[in-house]
Amino acid sequence: MPRLGAPVRLVLLVSGCTIFGAAPAAWANNIEDVSHSIKSGQYAKALDQVDRYLADKPKDAQGRFLKGIILTGMNKQGEAIAVFRKLTEDYPELPEPYNNLAVIYAQQKQYDKAKEALEMAIRTHPAYATAHENLGDIYSRLASQAYGKALQIDSTNESAQTKLAMISDLVGTGKVGVGGTAPTPIVAASKTPTVQPAAPAPTPPTPIVVATVKPAEPAKPVDASIEIAAAIDGWLSAWSKKDVKGYLAVYAKDFDPPKDQSRKEWENERTQRVGKPGKIEVSRDKLAIKAEGDDKVVVRFRQHYKSASLSTSSGKTLVLVKRDGKWLIQQERVGG
Amino acid sequence: MTARKFLSGLAACTLFAAGAFADVPVRYTDSGPEPLLAHVFEQIEQNQWEAALNETEALVKAYPKFRLGHLIKGDLLLARTRPLQRFGQGGPRVAEEQVADLREEAIARLRAYKNKPTESQVPRYLVQLRSDQKHAVVVDTQKARLYLYQNDNGTPRFVADYYISHGKLGVEKLTEGDKKTPIGVYHVTSSLPRQKLPDLYGNGAYPLNYPNEWDKKMGRKGHGIWLHGTPSDTFSRPPKASDGCVVLANTDLDALAKNLQIGSTPVIISNSIEWLSLDDWQTERQSLLTMIDEWRRDWESLDLERYASHYARDFKSDGKDLDAWLAQKKKVNAGKQWIKVATNNISMFRNPGKDDYVVVTFEQDYLSSNLSNRMQKRQYWIKDGGRWKIVSEDAA
Repeated sequence: MPRLGAPVRLVLLVSGCTIFGAAPAAWANNIEDVSHSIKSGQYAKALDQVDRYLADKPKDAQGRFLKGIILTGMNKQGEAIAVFRKLTEDYPELPEPYNNLAVIYAQQKQYDKAKEALEMAIRTHPAYATAHENLGDIYSRLASQAYGKALQIDSTNESAQTKLAMISDLVGTGKVGVGGTAPTPIVAASKTPTVQPAAPAPTPPTPIVVATVKPAEPAKPVDASIEIAAAIDGWLSAWSKKDVKGYLAVYAKDFDPPKDQSRKEWENERTQRVGKPGKIEVSRDKLAIKAEGDDKVVVRFRQHYKSASLSTSSGKTLVLVKRDGKWLIQQERVGG
Repeated sequence: MTARKFLSGLAACTLFAAGAFADVPVRYTDSGPEPLLAHVFEQIEQNQWEAALNETEALVKAYPKFRLGHLIKGDLLLARTRPLQRFGQGGPRVAEEQVADLREEAIARLRAYKNKPTESQVPRYLVQLRSDQKHAVVVDTQKARLYLYQNDNGTPRFVADYYISHGKLGVEKLTEGDKKTPIGVYHVTSSLPRQKLPDLYGNGAYPLNYPNEWDKKMGRKGHGIWLHGTPSDTFSRPPKASDGCVVLANTDLDALAKNLQIGSTPVIISNSIEWLSLDDWQTERQSLLTMIDEWRRDWESLDLERYASHYARDFKSDGKDLDAWLAQKKKVNAGKQWIKVATNNISMFRNPGKDDYVVVTFEQDYLSSNLSNRMQKRQYWIKDGGRWKIVSEDAA
């Protein structure tokens, strides 16, 4: 399973459907209506639909799961927690309710509870990437809380950012499955902090932690990998958002366009392609960073590209250079 | 794995700095965070990360304001998401000094825990406790530790030990405001309750009699050296943190305070405690008691030469030098047929550090053919030409 950060969390919905099996056609339509309402942000309507659905099938896991997502979207966290918690009791073998429970606890800054829930999700499904990924997040936040207590640092900034990312994740979860809908700025904004490798083994640090634990700190050599990861994630995020200006801004002045194109020709081609209508998601796996000097690195990673019509994963190699304190792309090649 | 390497590296540098401790029998008489802390580090050494984190959680639950505990918790959590190279790596760079302080605290706590004194070891300084001195306090600033002893029929018995902080700029206080802790033999002079103190001093304060007679003789200045607690938001402070005071965690101060007798409990502050085996301690004690007794008998003998042999060349008493003192004694003795001197309730404490002296107090019962009196006396004995001699003698 590709580890896509925010996009992966759409697995909640989709795999939910598959796990719970095919429902009778009439019900299936009903559930689809609910999903549609969620995806278009009509939570009140979705709640009404799902309540009617559950009136007939009160034990239905899929319906209850969607209700939890709706309540989360409506900011009724207490009720959402109750729904997801009951699901974990009735279906302890499902990791998704644990995961979502954890996301809400994290929103409420109850990181210890979030951690417990995610550990339960992993206990039932050791390979559940989303839970691993979220757990990494939670560890980071618990760590910065602990450092805050140890060193008497104020970490108020962090919580605000965390909350935004988490809420939009759930909204994003609902949206991605549809295909046609234009991404909202919130969804796009959520990508940078959440696109991250999920491996529990040594991984590059999450941008969230860096941004919050070390505010306004000059870069250290040790932390160059963090800046580089942030630059690449910013680039992927701009690409996904079809923010052509932001996308091109990550390329250095002396970027070497492929196929003997001039800078102008290349820019025109990219503007046209990146700006093409239709929803896309571009994300990445773990970065392999090799220093080529103080201000130059070669970075290799798997890049995942997904649109309504195309879904690919390929090796990508970028040469980045540091100019005026920013990491910029000097060369871009497909392949490792 | 780098994370693992880092943390066991920390454990190694902390524990190995503590020296060889495996052979020292450890007595679990303390109630502080050290047993849990030491166990956490053992688990880190054995790569038992989950267990180490669980115990650290228990540690900060038991001691919510224990910053060192929170730092280790932060490291253990962060090690799950990225490789760590050093202690407290997740802390911001502006807090580097605090991290270094907490590392010092970890080393101090573990070192003291792993090197506890055994049953048969006594601080050399506690030569003779008076029967009314129920307890004695000995501080080791290098180890950041305070040891409480009980007077068990004259033999000091270990009761408890506590982590302490001392002066930011170390020891051997000399002048006002030098942020150093004095080294010497002191006692608690009064008790200041929490209500009368700023929060900085925590649950209370116990002023010491710095500068004592010896310090004054040496020209040492300054005042306000106290034993006191920690602010309400702080469990403990770094090993070197105070302006010269000896600082204990509030719970430890409360426990200690129960055993402090105002005006009599000795508080001996050393840079590094010299430990004697009980046998050696007994031998030294006997020879010092004999020394006092010889002085007493030579005084009774009315032989001025024998009496004078116990006094140092630069002796001073109340402005008198040695010649004046002996002249006076000769004059007094001339009118006596006999003298009887008794020294009761002797206390003797040896000074730690560079100035090697023994401070002796006793109740002097003086009977003579024409005059009798009873007084409390204090003498300072120093090594002069290889022999113990009196350098100062006054009414206490």
